[in-house]
Amino acid sequence: MGLMWICIKAMLEYLNVDVIVPPPSSKKTLLLGVKHAPEFACMPLKLNLGNFMEAADLGADTIVMAGGCGPCRFGYYAQVEHAILRDLGYQYELVVLEPPQKHIGDLLDKIKQITGQQSWRRVINGIRFGYHKAEAVDKLERMAHYCRPRETTAGATDRALQHALQEIINIAAPEGLPAALQRAVEMMNAIQVDIHRPVLRIGLVGEIYTLLEPFANQDIERKLGSMGVEVDRSIYLSEWVNEHLFLGLAKNTRSSKLTKQKAAKYLRHFVGGHGLETVGSTVLYAEQGYDGVIQLLPFTCMPEIVAQSILPRISAELGIPAMTLIVDEQSGEAGLITRLEAFVDLLARRKQTEEVLA
Amino acid sequence: MSVTVGIPRALLYYYYYPQWKTFFEHLGVKTLVSRETTRGILEKGIKSTVDEACLPVKLAVGHVMDLYDRVDYIFLPRIVSTARKEYICPKFLGFPDMVRNNIDHLPPLIDNNLDLYRKGSSLYNLFYTVGKQFTHNPVRIMRAYQASMAALNNHCRDMESGRLPFETCDSNRHNRQDQDVGVSDVTIAVIGHPYNIYDRYISMNMLKRLRDYGANVVTADQLPEHVFRREAGKLPKQLFWTLNQRMVGAAFYYFDRPEVDGLIHVASFGCGPDSMTGELIERFARQDSRKPLLNLTIDEHTGEAGMVTRLEAFMDMVRWRRQLDDVAATYY
Repeated sequence: MGLMWICIKAMLEYLNVDVIVPPPSSKKTLLLGVKHAPEFACMPLKLNLGNFMEAADLGADTIVMAGGCGPCRFGYYAQVEHAILRDLGYQYELVVLEPPQKHIGDLLDKIKQITGQQSWRRVINGIRFGYHKAEAVDKLERMAHYCRPRETTAGATDRALQHALQEIINIAAPEGLPAALQRAVEMMNAIQVDIHRPVLRIGLVGEIYTLLEPFANQDIERKLGSMGVEVDRSIYLSEWVNEHLFLGLAKNTRSSKLTKQKAAKYLRHFVGGHGLETVGSTVLYAEQGYDGVIQLLPFTCMPEIVAQSILPRISAELGIPAMTLIVDEQSGEAGLITRLEAFVDLLARRKQTEEVLA
Repeated sequence: MSVTVGIPRALLYYYYYPQWKTFFEHLGVKTLVSRETTRGILEKGIKSTVDEACLPVKLAVGHVMDLYDRVDYIFLPRIVSTARKEYICPKFLGFPDMVRNNIDHLPPLIDNNLDLYRKGSSLYNLFYTVGKQFTHNPVRIMRAYQASMAALNNHCRDMESGRLPFETCDSNRHNRQDQDVGVSDVTIAVIGHPYNIYDRYISMNMLKRLRDYGANVVTADQLPEHVFRREAGKLPKQLFWTLNQRMVGAAFYYFDRPEVDGLIHVASFGCGPDSMTGELIERFARQDSRKPLLNLTIDEHTGEAGMVTRLEAFMDMVRWRRQLDDVAATYY
């Protein structure tokens, strides 16, 4: 899922577990998944399945997966994928990290199962290390979002981001992380930007997997960036980990409480997944004066469909243009670019008119 | 003048209608059920719902549209959870909001929560908050609640004794589908959401058709709760959707019953939970059972002829397989 592997890998390698990172999701991954997954399952399941099959070919023998307790389907994915893999003849051990229902200890128990005989202190340090890496990665990505529409040489941001991320990936122990982050930030700061260039601001909301995984969303952040749009995501990895796995243990981050309050006028009950957050974030983006909102969801995603049917009302009442993009294995790149260009044009024209009127 | 509450003939109407009706009657409130599904109702629903929503949701919206200028209130409880630690599909959770944000000029919705997710929560919470909107007398609400629970229990018993929900819901229907049309020589289990298989327009009268082909039809709703829960316990992880737990449990149960000759799994296009449970049922069928399984997916475009062909083919296959088994039994 996007750059999540950086943190998980760091955490597990710190705990002396051999980690196999499957190759980045590609057409081949998706094809493998589509072939064996249920037809109406959403794209994340298909990609995941493909990832596991590719990882097995590289010698992986244990799946570590997050679980859940509904009502989103994701909570049952680990079991279904495991059944599919077993029928295909893959010998996998399955460890499901369920979100702790009562106590964070539940999660620690599962992690202990993976790591074996290691001291608690080391395990906790490992988790903390992974989380800090997530924060570092998010920070770099945010900087990239800012620089991309303003860069003076095309592609400079992407190149810098690659190098900066490499700095973070290379660090194997928590002690080196602050210095590496420092170096990475300097790299990002070195990008030549034109701070006076007018840019549009678009908020990306929607289902977490399609938001975070560039293959799933066809690299929408970069595409928008090169069209002169500064993007903001409603969900960043470290925030999600903090809320869902640590039960909000780390303070001082954007919390979903505010989004929930904002959503209450339109959606009065949580609907699983990130449906409520999608609605709330859209309201927030409207209030913060963003120029538009794009909702991303995989085909047949249940919570997001609920949100999708509410967005037009928000869009009309708060005057923020919203577009919904649905992705699945049939998505074509050219179609996406056309739609994005049209949407961006629309926003630019709208902004221009408003400025003239003012 | 008494008020009228509209109840859409969709979604969990098939389980809870007798209870809701009794409750409102005891409060002196008239109820009005939307008309039976027609092409027109479905079209209306499709127009006012996002394309990606599943068929049952579109249909339910259509039923709301059918009611909205004829009643004073629409009863659309937000059915979050009907059993502890379990949910209904996310779309049920957001359904009142989907309706509210897509249809203008609605009469007031009664969308109180039915939520039994946590320990100690009770159905009474829903009925008390609903009842308060019509009367200030708590004793009256309590009585109505008790009567409604009795009606619900009756309804469940009726279903377990083999009657299908739409038969118990409207007992005065003239063209009631009679259980024993001719002689039935095979038994087919139809596994699917109640709002898909009992709606005669959506299922294209599948149950009637099967009976006309000489099949005795059983469904998941005829099993008592403890049976399907026990069967569904065979899964590696407990399912958190009540309806699907019933479906999977029933499928496992019927696979084991010698008198059941074949199963039909009915899913609606784009149904999230069905995509998971359908997969599990299919894998189970392939591994542990020799019974034929037909997987039917329905949506708003379904052509009747295609479905008839598949049902006929399935029935033929079931009969052939049984004949083969009989022959094998005589020779060996």
